[in-house]
Amino acid sequence: MSSQTSAGTGIGASVRRKEDHRYITGQGRYTDDINRPGQAHAWFLRSPHAHATIKSIDAKAAAAMPGVLAVFSGDDLAADKVGGLICGWMIHNKDGSPMRAGAHPALAQGKVRYVGDHVCVVIAETLAQARDAAEAIVVDYGVLPAVVDTASAAGARSVVHAEAPDNTVFNWHLGNKDATEAAFKAAAHVTRLDIVNNRLVPNPMEPRAAVGDYDQGEGAFTLYTTSQNPHVARLVLSAFIGIAPENKLRVVAPDVGGGFGSKIFIYAEETVCVWAAKKVGRPVKWTSDRTEAFLSDAHGRDHVTHAELATDADGKITALRVKTTANLGAYLSTFSSSVPTYLYAPLLSGSYDIPAIYAEVDAVYTNTAPVDAYRGAGRPEATFVVERLVEVAARELGKDPAKFRMQNYIKKFPHQTPVIMMYDAGNYGASMKKALEIIDYKGLGKRKRDSARNGKLRGIGFSSYIEACGIAPSAAVGSLGAGVGLWESAEVRVNPVGTVEVLTGSHSHGQGHETTFAQLVSGRLGIPIENVSIVHGDTDKVQMGMGTYGSRSGAVGMSAIFKALDKVIAKGKKVAAYVLEADEADIDFTEGHFTVKGTDRKLDFGSCALQAYVAHKFNGQDLEPGLKEGAFYDPTNFTFPAGVHICEVEIDPDTGVTAIERWAAVDDFGVVINPMIVEGQVHGGIAQGVGQALLEGAKYNADGQLVTASFMDYCMPRADDLPSFDVGMTVTPCPSNPLGIKGCGEAGAIAAPPAVINAITDALGHEDIAMPATPMAVWRAAQKTVKRMAAE
Amino acid sequence: MASVSLTVNGRAVAANVDPRTLLVQLLRENQRLTGTHVGCDTSQCGACVVHVDGKAVKSCTTLALSCEGAAVTTIEGLATDGALHPMQEAFREHHGLQCGYCTPGMIMAAVDIVNRRGFSLDEKTIREDLDGNICRCTGYHNIVKAIAAGAEAMGGRSMAGKEPPRQAAE
Repeated sequence: MSSQTSAGTGIGASVRRKEDHRYITGQGRYTDDINRPGQAHAWFLRSPHAHATIKSIDAKAAAAMPGVLAVFSGDDLAADKVGGLICGWMIHNKDGSPMRAGAHPALAQGKVRYVGDHVCVVIAETLAQARDAAEAIVVDYGVLPAVVDTASAAGARSVVHAEAPDNTVFNWHLGNKDATEAAFKAAAHVTRLDIVNNRLVPNPMEPRAAVGDYDQGEGAFTLYTTSQNPHVARLVLSAFIGIAPENKLRVVAPDVGGGFGSKIFIYAEETVCVWAAKKVGRPVKWTSDRTEAFLSDAHGRDHVTHAELATDADGKITALRVKTTANLGAYLSTFSSSVPTYLYAPLLSGSYDIPAIYAEVDAVYTNTAPVDAYRGAGRPEATFVVERLVEVAARELGKDPAKFRMQNYIKKFPHQTPVIMMYDAGNYGASMKKALEIIDYKGLGKRKRDSARNGKLRGIGFSSYIEACGIAPSAAVGSLGAGVGLWESAEVRVNPVGTVEVLTGSHSHGQGHETTFAQLVSGRLGIPIENVSIVHGDTDKVQMGMGTYGSRSGAVGMSAIFKALDKVIAKGKKVAAYVLEADEADIDFTEGHFTVKGTDRKLDFGSCALQAYVAHKFNGQDLEPGLKEGAFYDPTNFTFPAGVHICEVEIDPDTGVTAIERWAAVDDFGVVINPMIVEGQVHGGIAQGVGQALLEGAKYNADGQLVTASFMDYCMPRADDLPSFDVGMTVTPCPSNPLGIKGCGEAGAIAAPPAVINAITDALGHEDIAMPATPMAVWRAAQKTVKRMAAE
Repeated sequence: MASVSLTVNGRAVAANVDPRTLLVQLLRENQRLTGTHVGCDTSQCGACVVHVDGKAVKSCTTLALSCEGAAVTTIEGLATDGALHPMQEAFREHHGLQCGYCTPGMIMAAVDIVNRRGFSLDEKTIREDLDGNICRCTGYHNIVKAIAAGAEAMGGRSMAGKEPPRQAAE
């Protein structure tokens, strides 16, 4: 790891994080830490049934209980014409018709559709009073059969939404069906796999929370909330839900304790809190407990897929096709429809030159929590399909899995895949070679023999992933159905003393923007990093921005800052020209100083700022005073981080315990701003991917009860479940943004699951294992292996 | 309502609370010490770890009234005279945190591990002893490094030079 001193504080330096001091001293300010004068507390009465009509609600007794200020139901929201929650990405069916979406009221109207669905809210002086009163509400439910299983939802007799009579939201496809079918007919070999991508709960450690406040004098609302994109929340709450016009609604997302996608979305609870603040004339606070988070945070993944890969006689991949059913839960969450479609199928080419690809995706409604983007969002699902297929194909063809991958890698760039994407740069072979060295691939045979001598099964698994990040060109996503543009904004305010505030539309919830963004500004302006402050997360302070998800804050958010800095420097040159009495064309800016070409005359950045504000040296009509510039940056393409992760496991066939013995990760993220932070992102992503592969799985029973609704039932990765990781990097700069950044936030979660499962199946010698590969599942699978070995 | 007296970060505190009040509620809501977090309500995640009479406890499952007469230390009380505790320094130096939400509990648990296990900690010991604390951001890689380094730094600072306080006392 590069040290802080060797590279200063600019791009490429592992600068220790500026934000850490408040976190390590207990001075962070998260939403639940915020208390407003006169604040009341909200508790949501949630449906105990997965699917039921609401025949009646009797809240009279509850409303009369001590401390209760109000009890509201869906009827009250409807009476106030509060709009439903929206899905912001339109998907069209194969026949061109729009997807079939049912209404999503913030409090149920007439029907509940999953366990945890919001029936009433009780607002009381204390949380305990609100909870006590909620128990006195009598709801008469007409229980209906629950639709739970992903694969059979479309054929179920029970209907979740009348708008989708076969529980199907859309039948969508992408790619070239005819060319793909022809390639399969001509194939020398076809590899076939049935794959379940297990349902996950994101579980950031900070549960969601919201404080709604209403200022009667101003007629204005403030919402403090756990959001990854406060401006998008304001837009949706204003334009679609109709809480208040945007100029009368301030959304503040202060310190946010992790998101992983789950805090992108606009949920029922914050909608109700901000609306109710005006109704009761008091600030209203709600904080999720962990079981509420399990029940009502948007879940991730949940795909059932049949996948096939065609190869020719030389082992060259000629085609790939998939048929996927994606569970979107009981309602369409904010970006849910984009996840199993445009964030999934365009990545099915992986790192490989595949001439023909065809994907069919059916999305279904079920009586389960809404499913939306979770770290990687669609790309982990695609990578799991591709990397399992490729691994199994190599085994079936008797080829070394590393060599088989290298044979089929895309080697020339730019490369147009058959599924939308134009890969701009990469060198996949370089990452593979480096990863093979780190893992000591040559020594694998000996290690396998050593394990066998100890009665253990050792296996190695590859994952050569690619992802599309830095989402994205607004025109491109618009043409695919997005309801918003995906640019980013920045404003650079230079103060008269030369210190700088950067207002960014990106939002940091663990990624360290306050440090990395300051590194860019410090390096570019030649000023100490202490003189740079990053401001984010408050719609009253920061101009409209799109927020943080899809590994976009570096590639898109920092590029906006880069553009704004260009303008600051250009304006500074004009000021410096007056002060230094030189022609503007002769002014250079290097290492924090404006200089006059061919002379020793110079003006440091801080003095230039002062001159810009005092405006004594120039005529304010010829040049505007001040030094503050903004930029909106819309990228020219997605970015394509890629890499190779190799996992080596040792299985104890007597206990079924899988120990991860080695992990080599070689990622190409383009230009890296802060290696320490980037490596941290890789570690965390791998941990979540290993969690999916070995430990985590959200389980509903046949009645639609979530049986994994606490940390006692849902297995989160803990320190002793994981190894330390060997992380390396290769670099091909991204040509699609001015900084050459590709993004790193999701890579580990995308790469890890197939690496683990490929390693386990290598150890077992058969493919019969599903995620999560728990000790019980691995033990069962290993008995087959042990029997076969005994027979040999 | 019931009264409880204790010291929090060396300061005497007397409060009149609902008997069902949890220690974490007393700290966060009554004392406005919001550095101690609630991550799960079931004593699984450890975001709420504080020290009671020098030992790590999960304050989300401890009744405030059970702490009568106790000395409670929270993350806000770990730094002394404006100087960060070596474990706090180590978490920053080794990037042992991302979103910061689990961090106060992690640091308090880490100090407790050192108190119980000594200044020289190997990776296996740290990972096993960290079983009661969940982090969703870091994959634990850098937390483990931070705790090893923090333990060593605590040893360097210790008056005895070799034994951590509780081990020495035992």
